[in-house]
Amino acid sequence: MTRFILRRLLLTIPVLFGLILLVFILSRIVTHDPCRAILGEKATDLICADFNRRMGFDQPIPVQFGIYVGQLAQGDLGTSTKFSRPVTEVLIERLPTTVELTVWALLFAIIVGIPLGMLSAIKRNSPVDVGAMVVANIGVSMPVFVLGLFLQFIFGVLLKNSPFSLPPSGRLSAGIDVKPLVDVWGMNDLTGIPRGILDFLSGIYTFSAAVTGQWGAWGDAARHLILPAIALGTIPLAIIARITRSSLLEVLGQDYVRTARAKGVRERTVIIRHATRNALLPVVTVIGLQLGLLFAGAVLTESTFNLAGVGRTLYEAIIGRDFAVIQGFILIVAVAYVVVNLIVDVSYGYLDPRIRLR
Amino acid sequence: MSATTGPLGSGAMPAGSPGASVPAIMDDPLARTRATSLWRDTVSNILRQRSAIVGLVILGILVLAAVFAPIIATHDPNASMLQLHEQGAVKRSPPCIHALGCAADKPEHLLGLDGNFRDVFSRVVFGARVSLGVGFASVFLAIIIGTLIGATAGYAGGWVDNVLMRLMDVILAFPSLLLAIAIVSALGRNLFNALLAIGIVAIPVYARIVRSSVLSLREADFVTASRALGESNRGILLRRILPNSLTPIVVQGTLGIGGAVLEIAALTFVGVAGSLDVAEWGSMISVESQQLLNAPHVILVPGLAITLTVLGFNLLGDGLRDALDPRLNR
Repeated sequence: MTRFILRRLLLTIPVLFGLILLVFILSRIVTHDPCRAILGEKATDLICADFNRRMGFDQPIPVQFGIYVGQLAQGDLGTSTKFSRPVTEVLIERLPTTVELTVWALLFAIIVGIPLGMLSAIKRNSPVDVGAMVVANIGVSMPVFVLGLFLQFIFGVLLKNSPFSLPPSGRLSAGIDVKPLVDVWGMNDLTGIPRGILDFLSGIYTFSAAVTGQWGAWGDAARHLILPAIALGTIPLAIIARITRSSLLEVLGQDYVRTARAKGVRERTVIIRHATRNALLPVVTVIGLQLGLLFAGAVLTESTFNLAGVGRTLYEAIIGRDFAVIQGFILIVAVAYVVVNLIVDVSYGYLDPRIRLR
Repeated sequence: MSATTGPLGSGAMPAGSPGASVPAIMDDPLARTRATSLWRDTVSNILRQRSAIVGLVILGILVLAAVFAPIIATHDPNASMLQLHEQGAVKRSPPCIHALGCAADKPEHLLGLDGNFRDVFSRVVFGARVSLGVGFASVFLAIIIGTLIGATAGYAGGWVDNVLMRLMDVILAFPSLLLAIAIVSALGRNLFNALLAIGIVAIPVYARIVRSSVLSLREADFVTASRALGESNRGILLRRILPNSLTPIVVQGTLGIGGAVLEIAALTFVGVAGSLDVAEWGSMISVESQQLLNAPHVILVPGLAITLTVLGFNLLGDGLRDALDPRLNR
């Protein structure tokens, strides 16, 4: 098992290097004249020459890349030209929104998707199955932003004065805020990486409010998350439901399941203990693959629901040619994706011993 | 596999010809069975799939709408009814169909008007051209380049394979929509570059499919046979191996067009694919995204159009996979 994990880790290195290189090249194409892009009207030749020297843009591109990799190794993602702050700071501020949204969306997709797929498989070709699969097909075909707008309309506008009303945008209601962990725990003099981690965790409201017992704020944050999480989670839900169904159907047709039934095991036990365990293997892979889709969908969800997360920040950075933010954010998202796929691969090897031996 | 049905079927013909001059003592059983061709098998398999038929019907209507858009559309998609001095044109007015009881003194608009006094029905019909055009073109681009890369990697092997496939891994490591947004920003924000970007991010999928089928077929007996017969590398690749990887590519391509339609709508929705004035579904929603309360139809109609199109491709793709997968032909 250790050798399997080590081999997978080694395979990740060239991909990570390629990612860094591609992000670097892309961001240089996006901002082919960074001085003019950043300074705009004020950029004269003289000012630009000075600016380029200060920022290192006058160096040959390979040297610039070397400097960039060196900075990355020290955890420095550069300075945002738009915010005039280190990119890591902006990231710590914006990433929690996206992480929280993505996690809730994925939870929603898993908690609803797997039972739905199982139900479909058990009641194959029944009206329940057909209905579930029609819903899954439509869910997978509907753009995130269209679904988001519909949900906003139904729960934020039509049901506004009913008990089912839900906030259509933002993360918290006016006047409510979640106290950061450092305030609650009296650690305001903390600096460096531990402080960064605590600030990051504080930004995940449903986490920090729960840890510190601010239940009023927790409820408010959770209510704000319901609509965006459903909007973002519906496509993965549909995919998970379909994979679960086909995988469980395949397993249910196998000999050992027939044997279990023949020796008189209760149908419930056959399905839950014998079949589902094996059927969930492909589902785990698919869940890992959904993460890329969720990150992409987060851009659209965040702009539909007015959330200042990574997706929207990145989009604004691309429009505003804020190359340090583009580089940093895309890199973090891509690295997160690679790491998640690594975890999925490893867990797959854990669940299915045959894979380790290959 | 399915490729072998062709030669076997045609083999029935010469067997019957010597028996034509002398009276047949015994019927040749092969001559009596109707020769089945690969294509006829495929078509009848597809038509047996309910989802494929539904998908085909939806897509058929959409393709017709796109091709005959100028005939079907009741108005110029970009003309403002206000400038045309149409009597009683109201901004974002709901659908008005005279046959269904809409007051005769109001101008008829099947699906109402949008915020610029333009006919929503005509814009949706013309929007089918953009979505289907970009969908087909970007997937075509991705299949061509992906096939080239995958075939090269699989056939050459060694370091060529390693370099090409690691490059594909890198592209796959990005969430595709983010990469597409970045590429469009790098190349310039317009619809054509959006098409390119959607195509580029889809390349690895096809490269992987082609590579894996090349790898599995490279050592197959019929390939060794044609190599022994002196067929060139290119001939083996083009005539022996690639036709056998067509099935997964067609299935993936069909599903891919659906994905491309979603992506183009997303790109125009966030506004990186050029002007929002184009009659395109994503931009129609983007422009009116705040108007859901006043005029749901301006969002509902293009939203439904996107969903139906993607649904059509997904259903057809699923149906094709079931029809073409020999393991399911029980």
